[in-house]
Amino acid sequence: MRIECKHVWEYISAYIDGEVDASLRADIDRHLETCEICSAVLDSTRNVVILVADDRVFELPTGFSQRLHARIDRELEAPGG
Amino acid sequence: MALPNPEFEAECIRRILAGEKHLFHDLIRPCERSIYFLLLSLLKNETDVEDVAQETVIKVYQNLDKFRGDAQFRTWVLSIARNEGLGRLRKIGSRKEDSLDAETDESSGDYTPAILTSWREIPAEALEQKELGAILRQAIEGLPEIYRNIVLLRDIEEMDIRQTAAALGISEASVKVRLHRARAMLQRKLAPQLKGFAPKRKGWFGGRA
Repeated sequence: MRIECKHVWEYISAYIDGEVDASLRADIDRHLETCEICSAVLDSTRNVVILVADDRVFELPTGFSQRLHARIDRELEAPGG
Repeated sequence: MALPNPEFEAECIRRILAGEKHLFHDLIRPCERSIYFLLLSLLKNETDVEDVAQETVIKVYQNLDKFRGDAQFRTWVLSIARNEGLGRLRKIGSRKEDSLDAETDESSGDYTPAILTSWREIPAEALEQKELGAILRQAIEGLPEIYRNIVLLRDIEEMDIRQTAAALGISEASVKVRLHRARAMLQRKLAPQLKGFAPKRKGWFGGRA
């Protein structure tokens, strides 16, 4: 089935997550083969998803883990802890 | 996100309850990032987040004998974190507990993507990692709260849709709708700024997964 760009955009997120069914995926793939704009939208959206997931971009605050475990140690050492 | 390992967790819990208390450090370590990002999505203030994160892990420790293993350990931990976070919100009194759901999915908005074709064609390395981080954080902080929560858990912490729904106390359908809109908003905002930057990931340019 031929689909419109707007239809593809609606499903970009689900497509990236592998959450569209096989027939819709095939329609989208066919559309992407000839549509430069949708290909770019897909790639840029996926770039955003990958960048956001990069641990180096979102690090825990310095010392967060150490302070958390120090607190756990106090609990473990407490009477009845 | 560290991968869950139910066998390791079950064994750890059994031994902790039998007296090897120090193993609790190893048990909770893989959940730290998730706890942090879940609480950040609720509280936003880093001091509160750290405070409540500590209360959460203590509560997990004290209630460890109540974990039945019918949910994933992480999911159980995050439900405790969520309760503690909501408790803190009530205490602060800045918002009502149900206000998380007050913003509906019905809100109309422009989710049309930014149209550009050049991102893929420009060589990477145009931006310093640090600068990139700042741009991304700013974009995410600028999202409406119901969308920011989803991005924090689903895309930053890489929880799956079911876990994200459970952690936020909303339906999986809502997670999907909000995720789609959040990503569209981020793409729209970030694509023009980031077109010089391509993530380093093997096989990235080699077609679609």
